[in-house]
Amino acid sequence: MTAPSHPAVPPPSAAPGASARGGTLTPQAPRRRRWRQTRSAKGVLFAAPLAAFIVLFFIVPLITVMTMSASDWPLIRGYSGSNFPDNFSAPPATPGAPAYGVLNDPSLWPAVVFTVKYTVIVTVVMLALALGLALLVQEVTRWNSLLRTAFLIPSAVGLATASLLFYGFYTPAFGPVNPLLVSLGLPRIEFLGSQDGILWSTVVLIIWRFTGFFMLIIMVGLQGISHDVYEAARVDGANAAQMFRRITLPLLRPSLVLCLVICVTGSLLAFDHFYIISKGAEGTSTIVMLIFAEAFTRFDLGTAAALSVLVLVALVFINVFQLRVLRARD
Amino acid sequence: MNLKQIAIRTPYYVVTGGLAIIFLTPLVWSAVASVSPHPSTNQRDGYGFGNFETLASGGGIGATLPQFVMNSLTVSAMTVVFTLFLAVFAGYAFARFQFPGKNALFLMVLAILMIPPATLLVPMYALMNLVGLSNSLVGVSVFITLFQLPFAIFMMRIAFEAIPVELEESALVDGCTFFGALRRVMLPAAVPGLVTVGLFSFLAAWNDLLAPLMILRDPATYVLPQAVTILRQGVMGTVDFGITQAGVMILALPCVFLFLTLQRYYVKGFMSGALKG
Repeated sequence: MTAPSHPAVPPPSAAPGASARGGTLTPQAPRRRRWRQTRSAKGVLFAAPLAAFIVLFFIVPLITVMTMSASDWPLIRGYSGSNFPDNFSAPPATPGAPAYGVLNDPSLWPAVVFTVKYTVIVTVVMLALALGLALLVQEVTRWNSLLRTAFLIPSAVGLATASLLFYGFYTPAFGPVNPLLVSLGLPRIEFLGSQDGILWSTVVLIIWRFTGFFMLIIMVGLQGISHDVYEAARVDGANAAQMFRRITLPLLRPSLVLCLVICVTGSLLAFDHFYIISKGAEGTSTIVMLIFAEAFTRFDLGTAAALSVLVLVALVFINVFQLRVLRARD
Repeated sequence: MNLKQIAIRTPYYVVTGGLAIIFLTPLVWSAVASVSPHPSTNQRDGYGFGNFETLASGGGIGATLPQFVMNSLTVSAMTVVFTLFLAVFAGYAFARFQFPGKNALFLMVLAILMIPPATLLVPMYALMNLVGLSNSLVGVSVFITLFQLPFAIFMMRIAFEAIPVELEESALVDGCTFFGALRRVMLPAAVPGLVTVGLFSFLAAWNDLLAPLMILRDPATYVLPQAVTILRQGVMGTVDFGITQAGVMILALPCVFLFLTLQRYYVKGFMSGALKG
C-alpha cells in the first residue's frame, strides 16, 4: 500500500543544508504548481462520491418533484402529460363537482391549522422544559450524570417505537393510567377521544422522546458561559433571578435559536406519531399525512408532489425568516 | 454542617429523582406489559412470552419476525456503511483540500437540512419504480443516508480538522499516498467521530417509519417499525396491544443498549455539533 520507503529523504551523496535547497529552487517552481494541481485534483477525487450521491439522490429527485407537481401523474400509470397548474388548483370539471387541486382540498386548511397549533405548543413546552432540566443537571456530579442518562434514554428510542408504546399506554382497556385513577376514586380520562385529547397526549409523548435531546444542546451552551461572568455579577450584588435573566438567557441565545429552528422544523413535519396514535382521526391530520394520503389513498402522485413543493417552499421561507429575525437582533 | 446540607439538598434529590423515574416509567411499563397476562392478547394466564410468540409468527401479514428483523438490520447496516463511506471521503476533502466547487458542495449538503423528507419521498418512489427498484431496501437506506449527510459530514470534517496537519504531512513525506494517509493516520485518530456518525445513522435507519411506509409495499420487505405498526391492527381489525408492546421491546432494546454502551459518543456528538454550529 505504502509507496517505496522514504523517497523524500535525500540520497546520502547529496550535499546537506542550504546549498542543496538553493540548487533546486528554480526547477521547484513549476513542480510546486503541478503539486498544487494534483492536490486540488485529489480533493475533487475525495469529494466525488458525495457529489455524485447528491446529484443522483438529491438534485434529480428535487427536479422530479417539481416536474411531477406540474404533471398528471397517477400512482399506477405514471407520467400522463403536464397539467400545470391543475395539481395546485383547477376549476371543477363539470359545474357543481368539487374543484381539483390541493389548494381546493377541504382538508388542507384544517391540517395546516392543526399542524401549526401543535408546533407552537410543542416548541413552547419543550424549550421551557429542556432549559429547566439543563439548569437542574448542569453541575458535574455522579447523581447528575445518572439523571442525564435517564432523561436521554428516550431519545435513543425511535419515534415510531415511542408512539407505539404510548398508544398502548393511553388506551383505556390496556394502559396503566385509568386503572390507577379508578383505584384512587378519580374519574377516567379518555386520552384519544377528541382533537384536544389527541393533541396533548401527543405533546406528552414528543416531550418524553425529545426533551433530553434539547437539554443536551442547551447544556453545551451553558458550559460555554464562563464562571467569571457569574462571579463578577455576584460581586456586583446580583441575585439568582437577575443573573438568569441578564447573563444566562442572553449568552444562551445561540443554543436556544438552534433548538428553536430544529424544534419548529421537526414539528411542522410531524408524521410518525400522528400516523400511529390517531391516523388523523378527530381532525388530527398533519400536512405530511396529507401528502401520504394523496399518494397512497388517492393514488395521485401529481397532487402529492404539488403539496410537497408547497411544504418545501413554506419551510424554506419559515427557516430563512427565523434565522433573519433572530440574527438581526444580535 | 452535614445536616444542614442534607436539609437543603433533600428536596433537590426528591424532585430530580422523581423526574428521572417519570422519564423511565413508560419503558418499564412497556417491558412489564409485554409479558403480562391480558385477556385481549395472546398472553392470557400468568406471565410469559406469548406476545413475542405471536409477533414471531408475523401475525398473518405475510412474513415473519425474523424476516422483518433481517430487513431492518440490512437497511441499518447499509445506511451505516453508505454514510461512513461518503462522510469519511467528503470530510477529508472538506477538512484538508482546496478544490473548485468546495463551497457550493458544502452548501448543497447544508441545503438537505431544509428539505422535508416527504417532499423527496414522492419523487423517489416514482423514480425507483421507473428503474425497476420498487420495494428496494437499498432505496430506503439511500434515502435515509441522504438525511444523515449534513450531520455526518460536519462531524467528520471537524474530526479531521482537529488532527494536527504535521501528523498527516509526515505520513506524506514518508511516502504515503493521500489515501494511505487517510487510512493510516487520519482514520485511527478520528475513531470517536466515526463511532458517533455510525451510532446516529444506525439509530436513524433502525427507527425510520415514513420512508419504508412509502417505498416498501410488499410484506416480505417490511422493516420492523413498519411491521409492528401494521401488525397493531391485527388480522381481524381488532387492536392487539400485547403484540404492540412486544414489538416495542424488540425495537427499543437494541437502541437502549447501544445508547448505554456508547453514551460518551452520543453526548460528544452533540458537544461538537452545538459548539461549532
